[in-house]
Order: sequence, then C-alpha cells, then structure tokens
Amino acid sequence: MSLAPNQLVLTDEETAMLAGAQGEAVAMCMRIIVGVAKANGAEKLIEIESAHADGTLYHGEAGLDFTEKLVALGGKVKVKTTTNVGSLDLLHPTLVHGDEITMAHGRRLMDAHIALGCEPTWSCAPYQAGHRPAFGSHVAWAESNAIAFVNSVLGARSDRYGDFLDLSAAVTGRVPFGGLHHDAARKAVLVLDFSKIDSKMFSEDAAWAALGVLLGNKAGTRVAAMVGLPGDLADGGVTEDRLKGMGATSASAGGVGLFHVVGITPEAPTLAAIVAPNAEHIVMTAQDVRAARDQLSTTTSDKLDAVSLGTPHFSVDEFRALAEAIGDGPKFAEQIDFYVSTSRDVLARSKELGYLEIFTNAGGRVLTDTCTYVTPVLNKNVTNVMTNSGKWAWYAPGNLGIDAVLGSLAECVASARAGRVVRDESLWS
Amino acid sequence: MSKVLTGKTSHPGVAEGEVLVLTEPVSFWGGVNHHGEIIDVHHAQHKAKMTNKILVMPSGRGSSSATAVLAELIRTGDGPLGIVMLQCDTILVIGALVSAEIYGISMPIVELAQAEYGQLTDGTNVVIAADSQTQVATVTL
Repeated sequence: MSLAPNQLVLTDEETAMLAGAQGEAVAMCMRIIVGVAKANGAEKLIEIESAHADGTLYHGEAGLDFTEKLVALGGKVKVKTTTNVGSLDLLHPTLVHGDEITMAHGRRLMDAHIALGCEPTWSCAPYQAGHRPAFGSHVAWAESNAIAFVNSVLGARSDRYGDFLDLSAAVTGRVPFGGLHHDAARKAVLVLDFSKIDSKMFSEDAAWAALGVLLGNKAGTRVAAMVGLPGDLADGGVTEDRLKGMGATSASAGGVGLFHVVGITPEAPTLAAIVAPNAEHIVMTAQDVRAARDQLSTTTSDKLDAVSLGTPHFSVDEFRALAEAIGDGPKFAEQIDFYVSTSRDVLARSKELGYLEIFTNAGGRVLTDTCTYVTPVLNKNVTNVMTNSGKWAWYAPGNLGIDAVLGSLAECVASARAGRVVRDESLWS
Repeated sequence: MSKVLTGKTSHPGVAEGEVLVLTEPVSFWGGVNHHGEIIDVHHAQHKAKMTNKILVMPSGRGSSSATAVLAELIRTGDGPLGIVMLQCDTILVIGALVSAEIYGISMPIVELAQAEYGQLTDGTNVVIAADSQTQVATVTL
C-alpha cells in the first residue's frame, strides 16, 4: 500500500464532464469514477468500448434509486451496454413467483436500464448473445463470470467491476486506468500444472466445473496460468463452453477475474508469454480434481426433484449437445422439473435449429432473462437438484436452501428420465 | 490519553463508534443480511452485527453486487458507521460513493498500513476523520 498522495490527472474534457458540461447524470457518474480512481491511486482515466451492466437484479431500493436517478437526470449510456439477468422472466412471466415488491421493483429496475439506452440482453453470457469485445480492447464489464470470460477467453480488458460502477462507466465512457487494464497485472503469478493427470478425466464438462473450484481455491483473486490441459478450442477438447463454466465456477469459489490456459486462451500462446517472475508453481493430481468435484455436491442421496442447466446462460452449442443427449429417447420422469436458463438470443437460434423442440417435447422448460439460482422459479417442495454447472452448485444451496448434485450432461439427462440420481463413476477414475 | 493513527482516505467522511474487528473479510452479498448481521456460515464471526459499528477488516471478499448491498445498508441505517481496511476494496468504495450521491450519507473508508491497523482492538471506541482533499485520514483511539 502506498500512502503517497495520488496524482490523478484528468483531460480537459473529463474535467468539463465533472463540472457538469455534459449534464448532471454525467457529472454524478464522473464523481463516482473519479472517487474510485482516487481510492485506487489511478493516474488517469481511459476510454472504454463497451460495458456490461450487472445492476439489473434487484437487491434493494438503493440500486433502484441510483438507476432511476440517472434516468431522471437525463442519463444515457455512451457505449454499447448489454444487461445482465433481471429478477423477472419477461418472456415467460408466470415462471418466476417472487414477492410482489421484488417483482414490481425488479421490473422498474429493468425498465430504468432500457431508459438509459442499455440493450435488453438480460443475460450473464452476453458474449454468446452477440457482444464480443475485440482482443486488447478496454471495456467495463460487471458480473463475475462475464468478467472472467471477457478477460480470459476474449482477451479484452476489464477490471472486476460491480453494480453502480458499470453504469457510471457506461454513462461517462471512462474507467480508472488500473487493475486488469494494465499489462503487468495480467501476468500469471501462479502456475497450476495438470500434466500428471490422464486427459480422459477432462472429457466431460463437469470436470471443468471441478477445475473451476480448484482454480478459485488456489488463485483467490490472483491471476493463474493452467498448463497440461488437453486439446484446444478447435478439436473439441477445450470448448468455449468449458472455459465459460470453469471461469464462472472459479469466480464463485474465488475471485478470479483473469486466468490463462496455456496454448488455448489468446494471451497465452506459451507459458513464457504470460508468467510473472517468481510465480508459484503447483502440480495438481487426479485426487485434487475429485476433491474439488465433491465440494460441488452437498448430498450423496439419489433423491432427485429437479435438474437445472444453463448457469451461466446456455449457448447454442450446449442446446445442441442437450438435444443430442435426449435424441429420440424417453421423456423425463413426470415428477422432475427440468429447467434450462438462457438468453433470448440463444433461445431464438436454438428454436430455429430445432433443438428447443426436442427439449420441450421431452418435458423440459426454458427460463430467459433471469436464472434459477437468483429468483424463485423452482417449486417450493424441491429439495434435491442436479446440475452440470459448477456456479449453480456453488451458490444454489445457500441461496435456495436446496441440496445440489453435480453431474455430467449425460448424467443429468439419464437422471431426469430415471427420476433419481444416476451416476457414472468411471468418468472420474 | 488519545493516540492518532494516520492512513489514506478511500472514501471521505467522519464517524465515531465502537470497533468490530473481523479476523477475515466478509462478502456483503450473500455474507451479510439486511440487518447488518454476518450470515456467512463459513465465517469465523458468524452472527456478529456490524450495525453502527466501525467495521475493521483486512480486505474485501466475494461478489461485485456487494456494492448494492452496502449502499442499501447505509440507506436503512443498518450498516457500519465507517470501515477501516488494510487493503482498500474498490467494491465497498463504490457502495459508499453512491450512498453519498443519492442519500447524502458519507460513510468514511480508511486504508491503514499494518503497523497502524494492528493497533485497533475489538470493543474500543474510535473517531475517524477521512479528508477528501488531502486524502489523509486519521483514526483516533
């Protein structure tokens, strides 16, 4: 920590923005950006190319007061700004059964974001719904999985932003030049080596959720490089969706904003390209991965009430894999609620491609605009839920008071049909 | 006999109150309820109440939606009166900045170096004065 007085230097335009030259909404947002810059000791602000706003989920009146105040002051976003999930499913309004105030305020909060000029994406995976910032570009993204993805998989640069700063950045088009916007802060100070583990273990998506727990536990908020993982994005080994699931889980179990998978993610063609001097090096074992997997299941019971996929939101590729797993096999058991959470954009494309019909014919239901772990969607008597999502398994037991079981996509489908948890332990040997 | 610890202003404001020292950070989203109580069952000080206290913790933790939870606690008066940290957490600074903007309540956040931070004791009374111009903050024991 430095106690030296910071030397934040603003451009003439930024000084004018702060003084109200572009209206009171810009001035208020600029005061917030400058306040953060001073607290962090940033020397200047930088312009951003896009934002992803996370303040769309209702957490109380303060978030609503802030957003509606920006609207009342005539605020408009200056850059492309997508929206994270809200507290309601506007396309399927009967699926969420929250209390009256949360529903009413949640709706006002979503409306206020639209009034500011945000796009109605309502998704935690905007990067699979048409919003993919260019490599090296500076952006202000909030929501922990989106931050990890935009930094790690796309190679754009965002620090770990939260509610309020996301909109302040969008309205001013600026962020403090600090954190992961800097080259030096993007170097790996930790190397996790997986080369001693048989690559067969990584052939299932659920293993990547377990890798996310390991990454989060070991890295915390530090930048880590992973070496010795099989395949690449082109050959189906490490898919984009696997990186998405791993990043989301690592940002839940730890505070990961950026990770590198050597040979795969764009900033890490080689370890030498991204490793910091004196980085810590840890060799991982198959037992480490199994232990991480076990952190994502809160019960060993085979009782099953529901299956939830799509945290972060399902992609078109994931819908295709689900449709293939269902095939022309039997429907899900009558008593099992099977949900997929996704974006409107992916829903529309999956419908066109015929994947949606296969899923709904089997008895599945789709939730858009929100997610099953942050809003009351599941039936009140549901106690045991299976998922292939590490992030869902991490948060849902605390948020919803249910037991979670982590499984592969094939295990989720087989279990939904059987009406009880069906395991294939050979995946983890 | 009073002693003055000097640190850096992360968010300006003045406050006086009893110190609550957390031995590990807490995430406001999912870790603190609307009454200012720690509900994270993994936290060593589970059930401790931070309302009207000077919260002392080493750093921040967890979800970025903590900004909104802190702002809501400040709005309702269920939050801490001030926060002292070893390593400033941007997320909490944002919550304090927004509360000052929309409710006119300026909750100070102060960053202290280890030697000063270590002198804060649970249950004692302190006065915080965090200046916005000079960025110098004092904690008076």
